[in-house]
Amino acid sequence: MFISAKGITKSFGNLEVLKDIDITIDKGNIVAIIGPSGSGKTTLLRCLNALEMPEKGTITFDDNFEIDFAQKPKKSVIKTLRLKSGMVFQSYNLFPHKTALQNVTEGPLYVQKKNRQVVNELARQLLDKVGLADKLNLYPHQLSGGQQQRVGIARALAIQPELMLFDEPTSALDPELVGEVLKVMKDLANEGWTMVIVTHELKFAEQVADKVLFMDNGVVVEEGPPEQVLKNPLEERTRQFIQRIMNP
Amino acid sequence: MAKMFLNSYLYSIAADMGGWELFQNSLWPMILGGIKNTIPLTFVSFVLGMFIALLTAVMRLSTTKLLTIPARMYVSAIRGTPLLVQLFIVFFGLGSIGITIDPFPSAVIAFSLNVGAYSSEIIRASIQSIPKGQWEAATTIGMSYSQTLIRIIIPQATRVSIPPLSNTFISLVKDTSLASLILVTELFRKAQEIAARTYDFMLLYIEAAMLYWVICFILSIVQDKIEHRLERYVAR
Ligand SMILES: Nc1ncnc2c1ncn2[C@@H]1O[C@H](COP(=O)(O)OP(=O)(O)OP(=O)(O)O)[C@@H](O)[C@H]1O
Ligand SMILES: [Mg+2]
Repeated sequence: MFISAKGITKSFGNLEVLKDIDITIDKGNIVAIIGPSGSGKTTLLRCLNALEMPEKGTITFDDNFEIDFAQKPKKSVIKTLRLKSGMVFQSYNLFPHKTALQNVTEGPLYVQKKNRQVVNELARQLLDKVGLADKLNLYPHQLSGGQQQRVGIARALAIQPELMLFDEPTSALDPELVGEVLKVMKDLANEGWTMVIVTHELKFAEQVADKVLFMDNGVVVEEGPPEQVLKNPLEERTRQFIQRIMNP
Repeated sequence: MAKMFLNSYLYSIAADMGGWELFQNSLWPMILGGIKNTIPLTFVSFVLGMFIALLTAVMRLSTTKLLTIPARMYVSAIRGTPLLVQLFIVFFGLGSIGITIDPFPSAVIAFSLNVGAYSSEIIRASIQSIPKGQWEAATTIGMSYSQTLIRIIIPQATRVSIPPLSNTFISLVKDTSLASLILVTELFRKAQEIAARTYDFMLLYIEAAMLYWVICFILSIVQDKIEHRLERYVAR
């Protein structure tokens, strides 16, 4: 066991969006989260790096880090948690006033205060890895959606996190650009990155995921290997959801 | 002494010369008033005003009442009172209770406080116009609130606020003419002084108006250039 989140509970006003959620992620594993709109997938992902503050719950990384949200955690602990995971957004959220290279160097340079030469070299390697070695000095608006999302992935990788979080990274993309982003994610999976991916791409989930979580209404209804959850779900609700996605 | 001489000189020549000559002869004193007072007053007040505005905007965006309330009151007080009254309070008002400040610095204080309040609203709105995703992206790479503000949000907000702030700047150029009423010998006061001797109000005030127009015209060209430059990272 590598990362475990226990008892994560989150409400917006009266609406309880996450109800006592437990999730464990083994090192090098890929966990895919699926579920209907509004079921709390994004919120769960955002709780994992404290972009949303759960009211309750703990997150531990191995034995060397623990954060307990019930005891209002200190800023420094929250920052440590955030640097342990890289987040890739559905809408990329690149910094529009910075070039691709600057987007990637921003974190290591100004948060982690690493040496500029080292950081530039790292950023070049990462942009090369996502297939953008020739786009270093372009601004986000000069890039296609797929290219922007790949910069987004490189930016998240640049802080050298232990965990990568993806929130529907391809759902804002034109269909013909989805493949290039999924390919980068497959490469990361093969390199042994630990990832949590919220996705509607069930085929992709089936190919890369070690574990699939089906969420509905703020709870994890079913979890297990993709062959189970996606092909022969034990729960009726899972079955209905998968059928709806497969034959809309 | 020299000033009296200049005035009587202008008076005597005005008597027996045409409007064109008066126009030419009064042009340089007015331009000088502009160079010595109008332009420095505008620039200094604007720069100080920007610092005040940024500070006020950040205070208003904070979550502690200790910061938001004074900021709101300041903005409300400045926006709710005439600029001329503010100017008179700083110069004549403070002067009458023993705090004597020279005309030029008095004008700087009044104008920078005024510009600071109005511009803080522009800056606040432009900071708020930056999508939430920018804050979140910065947060996920570990940036603190102030780092995010300085490195990510303000650079983008600056681009948004350049057009309205340029308008504020151009308005300020014209508003500095009010400083003539607290004895700052800027462009318009020069026009008034000469007009008082020659009685050629129409000619001299139109001449002053033209000079303001020229300054504002040049500034609007500069404004276009800056806006163009800042657009380099925006979708075409
Ligand atoms: N900031 C917020 N304030 C209030 N309610 C929110 C907020 N964020 C999310 N919610 C609500 O929480 C619930 C779960 O939202 P969430 O975005 O986690 O769902 P999701 O599973 O990611 O859905 P989707 O597939 O549409 O992205 C929804 O009912 C949503 O309206
Ligand atoms: Mg979502």
